[in-house]
Amino acid sequence: MVATTTARPAAALVAPSGGARSHQGWRVTPWLFLLVPVALLVTFTYVPVANMVWYSFTDWDGLDPVMNPVGLANYARIFGDPAYFQVFLVSLYYLAGAAVQLVLALYFATVLSFNTRFRNVFKGLIFFPYLINGVAIGLVFLYFFRPGGTLDALLALVGVDAPAQWLGDPSVINVSLAATSVWRFMGLNFVLFLGAIQSIPTELYEAAELDGATSWHKFRYIILPGIKKIVGLSAILAVSGSLSVFEIPYIMTGGANGSATFVIQTVQAAFTHHNFGLASAMGVLLLVIVLVITWIQRRFVPDEKVDLT
Amino acid sequence: METRVIEMAKKHILAATTGAAAALALAACTGGAGGAAAGGDGIEGEPSGEITVITQRTDLVDTVFQDYKEQFEKEYPDVTVSFESMTDYEGEIAVRMNTQDYGDVLLIPNSVTPDKLGTFFEPLGGVEELGEKYALLEEEAYEGQAYGIPITVNTQGIVYNKKVWADAGLTDWPTTPDELLDDLRAIKDKTDAVPYYTNYADGWPLSQWDGNRGALGDPAYANEHIAYTDTPWAPGEWHHISDGLLFDIVAGGLSEEDPTTTNWEESKTLLGTGKVGTMLLGSWAITQMQQAAEDAGGSADDIGYMPFPYQVDGTFHAQVAGDYKNAINVHSEHKAAAWAWVEWFAEESGYAYDEGGLSPLVDGPTPETLAGFTDAGVELVALDPAPSGKEAYEANVVSESEVDLYGNIYRQELVDVARGAKDGDKESFFASLNERWAKARAAVG
Repeated sequence: MVATTTARPAAALVAPSGGARSHQGWRVTPWLFLLVPVALLVTFTYVPVANMVWYSFTDWDGLDPVMNPVGLANYARIFGDPAYFQVFLVSLYYLAGAAVQLVLALYFATVLSFNTRFRNVFKGLIFFPYLINGVAIGLVFLYFFRPGGTLDALLALVGVDAPAQWLGDPSVINVSLAATSVWRFMGLNFVLFLGAIQSIPTELYEAAELDGATSWHKFRYIILPGIKKIVGLSAILAVSGSLSVFEIPYIMTGGANGSATFVIQTVQAAFTHHNFGLASAMGVLLLVIVLVITWIQRRFVPDEKVDLT
Repeated sequence: METRVIEMAKKHILAATTGAAAALALAACTGGAGGAAAGGDGIEGEPSGEITVITQRTDLVDTVFQDYKEQFEKEYPDVTVSFESMTDYEGEIAVRMNTQDYGDVLLIPNSVTPDKLGTFFEPLGGVEELGEKYALLEEEAYEGQAYGIPITVNTQGIVYNKKVWADAGLTDWPTTPDELLDDLRAIKDKTDAVPYYTNYADGWPLSQWDGNRGALGDPAYANEHIAYTDTPWAPGEWHHISDGLLFDIVAGGLSEEDPTTTNWEESKTLLGTGKVGTMLLGSWAITQMQQAAEDAGGSADDIGYMPFPYQVDGTFHAQVAGDYKNAINVHSEHKAAAWAWVEWFAEESGYAYDEGGLSPLVDGPTPETLAGFTDAGVELVALDPAPSGKEAYEANVVSESEVDLYGNIYRQELVDVARGAKDGDKESFFASLNERWAKARAAVG
């Protein structure tokens, strides 16, 4: 984040310079500004990714000083075995969860952007889960979902005697985990939406009210177009996020009982089965899939200038 | 303004999530895989200098190990010891070993194959010669050179709550898997205890099932079966017996109701207080269970330990195997001091005895926790090391097949099939394991 923000003002300084050509220093300055962020970016993102791509063409076991190139064998193995792709079905649960999450976040953001009673308390409550450490959430929800745990106790109060095994039943487990994920991340979407909504000038609402707009009209014709960009961004993040779900299922179940996601499988390939080459190939594949999805999304939802006036 | 910030955020977040997520998990943890340039002198010489000892015992490093430090430094005044502990030892040390900076004394991680021992560790001496003093050196040896001394030696078996078993009217140890199943059924019928606890959620306790190969009483077993057959899960083979028993326990409803929410720390209390009857674990678990029983107001005497229910000619056999082995970093600058620590740890520290393990010394004491084994005439069996050139063969087949014999992933699947949470039955699941195994053997060659 720092990288791009510091780079921009520097570039802006040079842009209008038509007559500053005599000052040689001006040409170098933006590059100097760029040097540090680019160095950081290259060191910590591009070099490791390049390494990973290289490992994906080897049979490295994570420890051996010698890496034998094996060509496309790792990729052939992934594409030749449907078991590696079946886990993407698990991602569908999280994708559905993400849709629910966006709708809920949008609803709460809209409601709380108007003068609601105790709105700051509610804002805090909704954002709070996002601040909790993922490991703690995993442990809390393990107790919440276990037989005779918090959830079962609550259900017993309303008369449900034989609840499902929330993590033990393979047809329920991914719903439970996706719900945990929604609980955790909705606060982030909520805050993003709320911030965007509050940047919409209030005159627009007043004008709309004079024209007799209802709340729904205000949402549909002012708020939604006004925050279109941030909704689009959240959608991309939701899709790529549901493909690369890791933390919650890994902590809570370790990927057992049909809850393994593609990233869990990758980690197992690397650290349990010592197939770093194969795991790197899986990592590269996930990167490509996410890039493709992003590209498709950008094609269908092009960047438009938002103009409310 | 708003849009510009968002736009930047968008670009950045994308780069960060896609790139970093994958990269951090894998690539970031690998420098150039280090070469094998030895540093410093050999292990002979006057021990002096500052050494770093890496341990997996995060629970003891600030207490018991500080006492060790004090005693050791009294004996070797020129040496200063400092400790580093790792929670996820296997994962963290593998990353460190890609550099040259991985302490002076460390434990040999399971992922190092014997042919690579010399790349990372200092040879300690010939197996024959050193073997007169220390046990089980051949487990981490290559071409006659020993590379590590066990911190303690474990045997394998089943830890159980004596009260629960007595309440169910059981007095004798079961001698066959079927007898154990009958006994567990009796516990289920006559007591309120859960007969068997899988510890499925934590996973690693399931890996203990692989440690009982010696129960067959044949030290050469792993060199003739398992990786040397296409069908380790065929009837009569060890994994059919052992995994089959686990399957039958779960399929018979003799284990905990919801295995996905088990908890290791809690399981110790459950066994100690008699809410759980039985767990298959290494002998290292006995002292922990006794402690848990006492902490919960029970007695350490409630905890018993029996061998795997299998007899050859009327005799039980229990496998013994070294725990982690202390070894010396080949790049260490104070190898003599490191060697002094390794020897002192095995001979003087009392670690093995205090942990309820067998001694790493050939003529060391047998712990009280295993008195029952001695009384019942259980024969301890150490498996033969793999023949020269084949040391990494089984591990390679395991990696290639992704049937993690030493782990928990396929055994969790087995439990899932057994409790009906996954399609299939015992025959079909074992058949699929055999198929994956045969394919991997063909690929490894």
